[in-house]
Amino acid sequence: MRIPCPFCGVRDLTEFTYLGDASLAQRPDPASPDAAARFHEYVHLRDNPAGLHDELWYHGGGCRSWLTVTRNTRTHVIEGAKLTRTSKSWTATS
Amino acid sequence: MVVVGAGGHGLATAYYLAKNHGISNVALIEKGWLGGGNVGRNTTIIRSNYLLPGNEAFYEQSLKLWEGLEQDFNYNAMVSQRGVLNLYHSDAQRDAYARRGNAMRLHGADAELLDRNAVKAMAPFLNFDDARFPIQGGLLQRRGGTARHDAVAWGFARGASDRGVDIIENCEVVGLAIEDGRVVGLKTTRGDIKAKKVGLAVAGATSQLGAMAGLRLPIESHVLQAFVSEGLKPLVPGVITFGAGHFYVSQSDKGGLVFGGDIDGYNSYARRGNLPVVEDVCESGMALMPMIGRVRLLRSWGGLMDMSMDGSPIIDRTPVENLFLNCGWCYGGFKATPASGWCFAHLIATGQSHPNAAAYRLDRFASGAVIDEKGAGAQPNLH
Amino acid sequence: MSDMAQPNRLPAGGAIEGRVDRNRPLAFTFDGKSYSGYAGDTLASALIAAGVKLIGRSFKYHRPRGIFSAGPEEPNALIELRGGARREPNTRATTIELYDGLEAASQNRWPSLAFDILAINQIASPLFVGGFYYKTFMWPASFWEKVYEPLIRRAAGLGRASESPDPDHYEKAYAFCDVLVVGSGPAGLAAALAAGRSGARVILCEDDAQLGGRLLSERQTIDDAPAHLFAAAAGGELRSLPNVCVMSRTQVFGAYDSEVYGALERVADHVTAPAAGVPRQRFWHIAAKRCVNAMGATERPIVFGGNDRPGVMLASAVRTYLNRFGVLPGRKAVVFTTNDDGWRTAADLVAAGAQVEAVVDPRASVDENLTKAAAAGGVRVLLGGYIVNVTGGARGVTSAIVSVAGKRQILTADLVAVSGGWNPQVALTTHRGGKPRWSDALSTFVPGDLPDGMTVAGAANGDLGLAESLRKGSEAGAAAAAACGFSAAPAPQPRAEDEPTAVAPLWHVAESRHKAFVDLQNDVTADDITLAHAEGFRSIEHLKRYTTLGMATDQGKTSNLNGHAMMAALTGQAMSDVGTILSRPPHQPVAIGAFAGHHRDRHFRPTRHTAGHAWALENGAVMVEAGPWLRPQYFPRSGEKDWLTTVVREVRTVRSVVGVCDVSTLGRIDIQGRDAAAFLDRVYVNTFSTLPVGKARYGVMLREDGFVMDDGTTSRFAEDHYVMSTTTANAAKIMQHLEFCHQALWPELDVSMVSVTEQWSQYAVAGPKARELLMQLYGPDVDLSNDALPYMGCREIPLRGIPTRLFRISFSGELAYELAVPARYGAAVLEALMALCGALGGCPYGTEAQSVMRIEKGHVAGNELNGQTVARDLGLGRMMSTKRDYIGRVMAGRPALMAPDRPTLVGIRPVEKGRRLTAGAHILPGGAAAVAANDQGYVTSVAYSPTCEGWIGLALVVNGPARHGERVHAFDAMRNNDQDVVICSPVFVDPEGVRLRG
Repeated sequence: MRIPCPFCGVRDLTEFTYLGDASLAQRPDPASPDAAARFHEYVHLRDNPAGLHDELWYHGGGCRSWLTVTRNTRTHVIEGAKLTRTSKSWTATS
Repeated sequence: MVVVGAGGHGLATAYYLAKNHGISNVALIEKGWLGGGNVGRNTTIIRSNYLLPGNEAFYEQSLKLWEGLEQDFNYNAMVSQRGVLNLYHSDAQRDAYARRGNAMRLHGADAELLDRNAVKAMAPFLNFDDARFPIQGGLLQRRGGTARHDAVAWGFARGASDRGVDIIENCEVVGLAIEDGRVVGLKTTRGDIKAKKVGLAVAGATSQLGAMAGLRLPIESHVLQAFVSEGLKPLVPGVITFGAGHFYVSQSDKGGLVFGGDIDGYNSYARRGNLPVVEDVCESGMALMPMIGRVRLLRSWGGLMDMSMDGSPIIDRTPVENLFLNCGWCYGGFKATPASGWCFAHLIATGQSHPNAAAYRLDRFASGAVIDEKGAGAQPNLH
Repeated sequence: MSDMAQPNRLPAGGAIEGRVDRNRPLAFTFDGKSYSGYAGDTLASALIAAGVKLIGRSFKYHRPRGIFSAGPEEPNALIELRGGARREPNTRATTIELYDGLEAASQNRWPSLAFDILAINQIASPLFVGGFYYKTFMWPASFWEKVYEPLIRRAAGLGRASESPDPDHYEKAYAFCDVLVVGSGPAGLAAALAAGRSGARVILCEDDAQLGGRLLSERQTIDDAPAHLFAAAAGGELRSLPNVCVMSRTQVFGAYDSEVYGALERVADHVTAPAAGVPRQRFWHIAAKRCVNAMGATERPIVFGGNDRPGVMLASAVRTYLNRFGVLPGRKAVVFTTNDDGWRTAADLVAAGAQVEAVVDPRASVDENLTKAAAAGGVRVLLGGYIVNVTGGARGVTSAIVSVAGKRQILTADLVAVSGGWNPQVALTTHRGGKPRWSDALSTFVPGDLPDGMTVAGAANGDLGLAESLRKGSEAGAAAAAACGFSAAPAPQPRAEDEPTAVAPLWHVAESRHKAFVDLQNDVTADDITLAHAEGFRSIEHLKRYTTLGMATDQGKTSNLNGHAMMAALTGQAMSDVGTILSRPPHQPVAIGAFAGHHRDRHFRPTRHTAGHAWALENGAVMVEAGPWLRPQYFPRSGEKDWLTTVVREVRTVRSVVGVCDVSTLGRIDIQGRDAAAFLDRVYVNTFSTLPVGKARYGVMLREDGFVMDDGTTSRFAEDHYVMSTTTANAAKIMQHLEFCHQALWPELDVSMVSVTEQWSQYAVAGPKARELLMQLYGPDVDLSNDALPYMGCREIPLRGIPTRLFRISFSGELAYELAVPARYGAAVLEALMALCGALGGCPYGTEAQSVMRIEKGHVAGNELNGQTVARDLGLGRMMSTKRDYIGRVMAGRPALMAPDRPTLVGIRPVEKGRRLTAGAHILPGGAAAVAANDQGYVTSVAYSPTCEGWIGLALVVNGPARHGERVHAFDAMRNNDQDVVICSPVFVDPEGVRLRG
């Protein structure tokens, strides 16, 4: 598998580390009254789709960017990747 | 009642529902072919070398069931207790294995801590001369070993079928009928089925079936690859695991080295993995046994792992009444097959958790009573 | 055929003479007997030339087996190649290039190939039918493990692996191209030429040593010249193109995600041993934008009685042996074919001077050109016929019994050439999940869904004719190049003919009453298929698992389709419904060593050395692995009887004088930015925004699930500049975590960070004379007094022009500092430190002494920070800020993590003075039975404390802090070290911290 890093170009899987569902970048509001329940969902529950999946990868062997990669979990085809910190998009063909 | 999934756990559940609880009005429905799940694609290891209280009693029950299984269902599952040896390579690892071995003994399981010389006597072919992480010893469970995975499925299937269980293949669940918070049946590709109780034992497809019941579950589906070499004359006596990398190996009765390592590490339903893990596993294999360099890897395959958030399984009720859940086996489900079936059947039949599976609660993530053998936290690909 | 040593070698100058190099004879041995062949031979062709028919014994019945094919699909002729540490079991004689001095031995026979005791399995064979394990070896209970299984294990398996480490090495390499062409038969060559001429970067991989594929084996012509000359010319042109890389002896074995292909280059398998510095094999990762798959097709056999006897051979293999190698596999042949292609074998045999008794073809009529040609060669034509049985023994085939229109006749023969048609090599098209499609026209599966970026051309796609293969290959190559932005003017197509390829399916001669083999290598017979059907194992997956069909080293290349078709006939299903077993990589077996490359032995993983590594070695340090690092464990001196003596001396020296320890392996992360303080407040449980500049603070980090992740000290050098230290083990993980917190959670914070672990060397200087030592190092101008650098202070101080950082922090509990210097000065500063240290009566100390002192002080380390503990468990609960949020705060509040009876950190001492403690022991209430219900915790760390003059330990015990003074039991069945211990405070030395503030 090769991942199109917005900074570094298409690079081999071995340069990246996987974290999980992109929702992990959406930390709940710790001050909300139901914070315990919301953090439980945030930390533990997953949609785990069979199909397109937005997921977080760390380019530790490259630019150290966290990427939000859209990948099909049935086929492993990567639709695109963008920097998690911005909305700058990058597709597999660009 | 209906059990969904004719893999090892579903088959065992149906078998014990009939045998232990006299419930033979059971339909076991399967999307593909029976035994086609992870029971048909694993590295066939059986053992009970667990650390934590919530796990050890359960896996020891499972190992005891393995020991009597063939006589129980009158089918040779080729259960072979040739020993499982976990190697350690540092003082800290030795102490962690001592902690584990003592926990096993407290639960009535067998465990021995071997030093380097004892390991060398047992497996002289391991790399004792030029290792990056020298072998210091190992934790040995002599009662551990292997079983012929397909035969396990067939034995349970035959036993269940003989007791009146209907096994329906090529029947995929497409929806659950839920009324007033209670499951009343299933919609399948072969028609609707009414059911008083429904048990799900669908491993990697757990999230999809859970979603049909409106449940969002603490599960990610991952791919685990496994490998077999060409057939060889006997070389490796039992099961050996490497402590300085992800690698475990045994030799099948047909002579192939059966080995595996870590999961690929990304969500997947593709049942196939990629080269980095193949390489990592072979590197570990060569580090441990440098004489296998010219042995050829014959075949690799990938299985769909229902990875839970603490690396331990779930056998529990769900918020939907009469819908029961058996999942989260990560990549360790094969050895659990008999006890999983036993305890899940107990839960479905009696509505009460079996004492040995009482810790496998769905709400343990919210409560914090997690069973995290590795201490890796809520990141499934680290378990 | 005058050569006595090679009786079956065709004479040079004949109509068919082959293309081996007769000027280069090569000697080799098989089962210890000497033979000779020629350069260009395979081991199989040389054995045929030498008249050797019996090569091995079969897996289950130990039946005599010969050479069945001329390629990698070989199921029978498996041998052990080479000897000693280089022994390679299960090697196909058909793919081994002959080299001078080659040694081969038959396998799976005892005591000798000709007299095989286990051949008794043949007579006992009703026991050994499909699924025999499951039903036969059942009662009584203990017999399986004690009697049957050991017996089966000895009998099973094929060759013997070497028992010594592989002496050769392997390389990994990476390649990138526009167009990868797999296979160099007509389609592959045409594709590579079309793509190469367009300027695209092309890699052409060919499994064989020579380019050409079937062109090397046939008497066809291209542009009116022998086809092999076309292959040679095309190879020459391709090699001359700078944008084309031709890789022979390279097998593409797998297609992986994102258009990555795995390939194995056999660099030195065709010589006795690799030359110095040359790898045996090279494992290539090839990233290709497009792939033209031209892997060709494999001929399939027909299942009939005795079809496994030595002398039964694939018809195309017979042509290969004749035309390429100039050897005659038999003198008197019967050709049994269901398709036009097989007839060419009869013609080639006749041309080579062999007698062809008959062509047996079950079809009622065939192209009359075929029958005319056969008649012209004096070959009988038996249409509507089939072979029912082949007789013979270890010396090979003696006759074929043919049935035509219900009448049987016996044909004397020593060679039976078989062709059931051709199966395209669909494997690479299925590795990524594609399903092959059934073709009624070809009676086989052809590529169906293709993976992204792949096209298939030639026989691999079912295009069996030569002209068609060339044309389709050329089109595919041009299209692949065009997809990458390259184009070329179309070149004229080479002239060739499309030979007839009609086929009618025949899987199994049902009339056969003798053992008829479906899977030759796994000894799966036609009866086994019937039995599997009767037992209900009817889906192809169940069939495979029950009978082991297709699971041998050839992965069913010559058996799967026949077996599946036979099952389909039994179940009445169409083949398109039956489907086929999905092929998984590797397409051909690959040596495990090749996947490992250089990552073996001490090079399994990189070894990291600190700048002080050489100094440590020179000073006698015993090194120990600490993650990827090596660290000094202790520094033995002469006369010290064991490690404990040394460690006790090191601890006493530190506690009474001074010691120096290399702590460079701790992770260090430089954190800067306006929001650095706010950022740290969110990742640590305690507060760092209040930390004054010039101060250090111990911090604890949680995972978001509330468990402790890591600890360490973080120091503030400016308002917007902190330096964090992490544990050695977690350095990379914490860096990743911090980047996640910043980039994914709080990108609005103005903070940036970088790992500086490798940029700094760091030394702990500990003991009553630590200040004195450092004053000597820095000289009189630097004030290191308690006021100038108090406990938990930190300063940047130049040392002879070198920037250094001095931290007044203590892991040992002594007056202690950590001195950080740029790594390039690490060795020099260490030497300077150690010279001063020695003069003061101090010593270097290693990880053992460090560990003893931290246990004496009750500091937690890896054994306690094991991912299963929360801060409260470790006595660190009071550090958790109650005023603000941080990672892990909310989840740390889960009820089970707040439970008062969680195992919590305590100290323990043995009741019996001087008794050794062991870590990993479990704590039970005093006098309680050793059962799980009484398990109350465990011992995490132990040490012999010179300060306490006895063994001490840390433990996590239920209600621990409330039980100081209680006598409990430490259960250690692993070390037979059960004993009573007393719970105490985890701080054994200087609980008030007087020394470290001194």
